Amino acid sequence: MGEAIVITSGKGGVGKTTTSANVGTALALQGKRVCLVDTDIGLRNLDVVMGLENRIIYDLVDVVEGRCKMHQAVVKDKRFDDLLYLLPAAQTSDKTAVTPEQMKKLVDELKQDYDYIVIDCPAGIEQGYKNAVAGADKAIVVTTPEVSAVRDADRIIGLLEKEENVEAPKLIINRIRSHMMKNGDMLDVDEITAHLSIDLIGIVADDDEVIKASNHGEPIALNPNSKASVAYRNIARRILGEAVPLQPLEEENKGVFSKLKKFFGVK
Amino acid sequence: MKKNQNVTIKGTKDGLTLHLDDSCSYGELKKELDRKLSENSRSVEDRLLSVRVQVGNRYLTEEQQEELKELIRQKKNLIVESISSNVITKEEAEKQKEENEIVSVAKVIRSGQVLEVTGDLLLIGDVNPGGTVMAGGNIFIMGALKGIAHAGCHGNKEAVIAASLMKPSQLRISNCINRAPDKDQDDEKREMECAYIDENDQITVDRLQVLMHLRPNITRLQGGS
Repeated sequence: MGEAIVITSGKGGVGKTTTSANVGTALALQGKRVCLVDTDIGLRNLDVVMGLENRIIYDLVDVVEGRCKMHQAVVKDKRFDDLLYLLPAAQTSDKTAVTPEQMKKLVDELKQDYDYIVIDCPAGIEQGYKNAVAGADKAIVVTTPEVSAVRDADRIIGLLEKEENVEAPKLIINRIRSHMMKNGDMLDVDEITAHLSIDLIGIVADDDEVIKASNHGEPIALNPNSKASVAYRNIARRILGEAVPLQPLEEENKGVFSKLKKFFGVK
Repeated sequence: MKKNQNVTIKGTKDGLTLHLDDSCSYGELKKELDRKLSENSRSVEDRLLSVRVQVGNRYLTEEQQEELKELIRQKKNLIVESISSNVITKEEAEKQKEENEIVSVAKVIRSGQVLEVTGDLLLIGDVNPGGTVMAGGNIFIMGALKGIAHAGCHGNKEAVIAASLMKPSQLRISNCINRAPDKDQDDEKREMECAYIDENDQITVDRLQVLMHLRPNITRLQGGS
């Protein structure tokens, strides 16, 4: 019996889809059977980020309405050997095409076959959000170090706390720019965590490579040399229960001079 | 032989008091009150006298109270100052209890959430921006107040708001509103503060310690030294 994790944020554009794609990929890299579910009906793009767009034949609404079987609708990711799948959202209907009860049934069905179901939630707190949360056991709230995103995350956490079947949500702080945080121009990690008072499960630095990778339909988590990739892999390991320390934010200055300075304790 | 009279008028140093017996029927009582007030009518006096009515262990509904007031007013140049009874209904008792209770809540009030209590509120947690706490009485927050707090929301101007960290977006007490300055002064610490309505009808924020002088009745401790 698998576990369903919903990735949500309230605010749009903070990186829910990217996070879903990469956390799912990183879990698959750890050898787990993962199914990504896109619940953003009408505005799907998890398939694009995963590079699976042109393999879609059936979608979530087709499954719910009984036009196809589940195994016909899920798209297999060829980069993995039978580990990573995607259940795409429909592009032609809208959020009202599915009810929370139907979603719960669908996720329960998926839980029989997969270790992890990663549900990508649409922005907002309306029907789409309710559908995405209906079948979830756990929740991850994504935010960026901006006041508006933190405010919406706070609202979403309040709503998630009311859901009886969902465990206390965990927090990912995305798109961190270390120099801005250091200068105090951006909320820092401790400030956000204290404000939202939930557990932090990972921080991801702002990295151009992430955008490049998702434009190519290749989740960054597949590229072991990127800092963001390590961050997503660490998040996956924490989901699996490992205690992994947070990545240091500042880029280590490798110069001899700075090492000397450090040695002498000069700031 | 008729038992003791059901209506007695007593003069005290505070004025007249009408004692209405509680062991007869309401109808009987009304009749006797009517008779009593008619017989020693001293209509020469045109000065209005206020009386207090004691009804003992009798419960009077709103209409009955009005009826008695009306009756007394008609008969004489008397005005009913108050009607006091030893009994109240369960609902009234319940309400009184709620109003005098301190409700403790341990949670974070997040954006979009509203927490409302009838009496005093003791919140063990924060009020985040966009969150609201309301209380009929005082509000005590053992955490950061960054949202809206509305104390005395049914009109109690004596109500206060106290917080460990006072950085509200708005403070409301009764019908007064005070909002944070547009430019936040980060340099100020704003720890352990309280808000109250001052003599100019304005909400003022001050050190927590001033409350013991300004609102001594917040202390509920009986006796002791």
